[in-house]
Amino acid sequence: MDAESRVTAMATTLPKKDVVIIGLGWTGSILANELTDEGLDVIAIERGPWRDMATDYPPNYAQDELRYRIRHELFLRPDQTTFTFRNKMDQTALPIRTWGAFMPPNGVGGGGVHWNAETWRFLPSDFVLRTHLTQRYGAGFLPGDMTIQDWGVTYDDLEPHYDQFEYLCGTCGAAGNLKGKIQEGGNPFEGPRSRPYPNPPQKQGFGHMLWAKAAAGLGYKPFPQPSGNMSQAYINPLGVRQGPCTYCGYCEWFGCGNYSKASPQTTVLPVLLRKSNFSLRDNSEVTRIDTDGSGKRATGVTFVDTSGNEWQQPADLVVLCAYAMFNVQLLLLSKIGQPYDPVANTGVIGRNFTHQCMSSVNGFFDKTKFNFNPFIASGAIGMCIDDFNGDNIDHGPLGFVGGGYLGQVQTNGRPIETSAVPKGTPKWGAAWKKNVADYYLSNLKGGSIHGSMYSYRDVYLDLDPTYKDRFGRPLMRMTIDFHDNELKAAAYMTDKYAEIVKAMGASIVEKEPRKGPYDITKYQTTHLNGGAIMGSDPKTSALNRYLQSWDVPNLFVMGASAFPQNAGYNPTGTVGALAYWAAKAIREQYLKNPGPLVHA
Amino acid sequence: MPRPSTIAAAGLAAAALFAAAPLAARDSNLQDFAQIERGRTLATLADCVACHTQKEGGKPFAGGRPIETPFGVIVSPNITPDAETGIGNWSDEDFDNAVRRGIRRDGARLYPAMPYPYYTKMSRSDVRAIRAYLATVPAVRNEVHANQLPFPFSIRWSMHAWDWLFFTPGEFKPEPDKSAEWNRGAFLVTGPGHCGACHTPKNFLGGDNTSQALQGGQVQGWFAPDITGDRTRGVGSMSVEDIVALLKTGHNAVTAVTGPMGEEVADASAHFSDEDLKAIATYLRTVPAGSGAPPTPVAASDPQMQAGQAIYRDTCSACHAIDGTGVPHLFPSLAKAPQVRAQDPTSAIRIVLRGARSVATDSEPTAPAMPSYAWQLNDAQIAAVLTYVRNSWGGAAAAVSEGDVHKQRQDVADRTD
Repeated sequence: MDAESRVTAMATTLPKKDVVIIGLGWTGSILANELTDEGLDVIAIERGPWRDMATDYPPNYAQDELRYRIRHELFLRPDQTTFTFRNKMDQTALPIRTWGAFMPPNGVGGGGVHWNAETWRFLPSDFVLRTHLTQRYGAGFLPGDMTIQDWGVTYDDLEPHYDQFEYLCGTCGAAGNLKGKIQEGGNPFEGPRSRPYPNPPQKQGFGHMLWAKAAAGLGYKPFPQPSGNMSQAYINPLGVRQGPCTYCGYCEWFGCGNYSKASPQTTVLPVLLRKSNFSLRDNSEVTRIDTDGSGKRATGVTFVDTSGNEWQQPADLVVLCAYAMFNVQLLLLSKIGQPYDPVANTGVIGRNFTHQCMSSVNGFFDKTKFNFNPFIASGAIGMCIDDFNGDNIDHGPLGFVGGGYLGQVQTNGRPIETSAVPKGTPKWGAAWKKNVADYYLSNLKGGSIHGSMYSYRDVYLDLDPTYKDRFGRPLMRMTIDFHDNELKAAAYMTDKYAEIVKAMGASIVEKEPRKGPYDITKYQTTHLNGGAIMGSDPKTSALNRYLQSWDVPNLFVMGASAFPQNAGYNPTGTVGALAYWAAKAIREQYLKNPGPLVHA
Repeated sequence: MPRPSTIAAAGLAAAALFAAAPLAARDSNLQDFAQIERGRTLATLADCVACHTQKEGGKPFAGGRPIETPFGVIVSPNITPDAETGIGNWSDEDFDNAVRRGIRRDGARLYPAMPYPYYTKMSRSDVRAIRAYLATVPAVRNEVHANQLPFPFSIRWSMHAWDWLFFTPGEFKPEPDKSAEWNRGAFLVTGPGHCGACHTPKNFLGGDNTSQALQGGQVQGWFAPDITGDRTRGVGSMSVEDIVALLKTGHNAVTAVTGPMGEEVADASAHFSDEDLKAIATYLRTVPAGSGAPPTPVAASDPQMQAGQAIYRDTCSACHAIDGTGVPHLFPSLAKAPQVRAQDPTSAIRIVLRGARSVATDSEPTAPAMPSYAWQLNDAQIAAVLTYVRNSWGGAAAAVSEGDVHKQRQDVADRTD
């Protein structure tokens, strides 16, 4: 049977809805909730299964490292669909058959089920990056092929929506800047907040606090990482409750069955699912956004269920809320927006694709003096410094731009994954066992250098010319490599981090700065960004400042695919803020006068 | 985005209703808004919709829901105004006879799965109002075969004897020396609310054991707990506000409802007025507790207690906390929730075996759930951990035996609900 014959020839048309949402993760849940509040009839179509705590990842087996961490139970199966990868434009891309560098989410709740819940805001300067860096250092300071852009929104635009997302999640943290006033114990580099975090910071382990002490001793400003793992019981503005985190250390890669990690299931879905004007089709993969003859108006979506039946869901408004790369793929397959051409430097869909440039440092300590109990942890526990992030330092003498937060954010002491041994230890046998036993309690693994990755002309997404999915559609092809700028930043920050670990009293300090080429097999983060970016110019962006497609005004595209470049932070806080920002624009502007919200 | 199709559909439904309106003798007045509205309130208090609607996708009041009784399954009839399959052709007298006397339109006796022994406390005008309201709901054609009981219970005339033995007809009589609030509560609990239908233990023929009113009873594989003023097992340790919160939202600071009571909250008591809920709470707190000496706690040194403590710490404490306090409105406090120490541990065993989801309401939408531990803990382990929970943090209740759990495990294995 050839791939295309697996889909029945005739699609069945369903009754029209006001809004169809593609993907029910964080942004889909938020948009669905906001638009149903507006009285609209909303349907969400989700590729993966329904998921809920007590039935799908209950506390009596959620902490199964083999099942979830090693065998990837919560993630998309590459058999269902995958991506192809290459470093350089002159290489032939090959399909990814086992996830490595990132973990594509799947199912209701999306990445919000299995994230660590690190809930950051980007710096005000991140949103006007090109303008800011050019003004400070001159245009010639940036590498010629770096394609960073301003976002078209500012931190001040987004501040109320960061606040909304944090109060939805119950984010735990210490404010560093309240209405312009710097607060002791918080991040002094952050943009001004209109009010404190909804919850106090989580408790920190011995290793996290020792790191913070050493960092402060070196003159840095440590603060607790903003966390979506609850420091105490919380009820959010929608009336949904979470319980206190138990510090079990099974967050990223796992679902939290204890109701203590912010996720769509623990913050929005209980309210959304009670609404009579909301419905959901799970296990249904959207294969195309349908447009009318002009190509300027979306008429709905086409999706396929698990039986191979094809359905058409007409709607007045389409909101694309899938994972970043699937957003881009669906736009390309639906022929919405001009595909990016890196040679001619034209087109927008696929442009400014980025990931992250993570580095780390391991510290091994004298076991008779240091006991870190690394298993007492949470996904977003930890102490961080922002002294090297964004443009918080003078990059003039350094010869690179960008940065990242540095943090002792060890999230777990899981036995398979977290058994670091000093370099030179045999890979197996008695000597390996001895070092695992000796260092399990007295090493710090997961020193995080959360490096930004800026955008370049030759890092992009397009449709693969060779490999197809089970429906016969081309796979999404990633062309991605690190550039010197990012690797220089990684080396610099890794040295700084190592100085802190040394100051803690480590007997062995092992630096692991990120090195090229970009490796698709080694996990970094799941923060893939760009490809359908927002901006002020339709020639260089797919979306306007409200995440509305320049080409198809009744299509909005949520998520990190809108980031023109990545910052030195985890993206979810910004993804959430942008979702609320777009929802507000739809509710207050678009519905009154459906059409382009920005005329360029 | 206007949706004129909705308006058109509503018009059609009204026309259908009008056509279905029967010409039977009645003193309920379909023109009287006040009567219809009073009827809606009373129908909610009486929770008619729960039994008379199929669980998944059933049309309201169209019947067809199987009601499990100790003697077999009875299927609820259609009480929409459909003339042929509902009650559209009934006179008000027919309706009153069924609701307050347990007598069917053809003169046959109803089974007390229909709680007429409680509804008899309502007045004729109350029942007339319910009838007026039911005449306004959409008529649904749905033929139901009510009686699926095995012989000899399938013989309806046996119910004559049952009624003679256990049914005391008669309207509610207020007690003049009690407050109006208390009397309202007493009327609601013993009348339309029919709390005793589940919470009062039954004799071997299914009649109420009236001397133990509201002291807890077996129902559909659960134990409906003691809701008397008993301070340890009943609601005596809860304030009026605590009880109101539980009935209105499904949750309070120490406990949450689940199982059939979850349905009751979602369909009925979440929609009661605050005054009625306060009245119910005020009355329940005065219902006499059962006699008998309080149980002595199982000693902490008992091997079952020791094993139970270890299991509790490993398995339960992440949510319910080491000291059993839980998280208010989210995870019940096993230290304080009186149901934990029910004389009959059926519900506790069932929750551990099957898991349970609490109820979602507008004010408490979270509806947290507990997973099943049936695959993880064997009968002896479940007995131990429940014995520990029932006898810790100042509480005392009879130990749970391995045999109790074994019996329940077999029971829940066969249940589809």
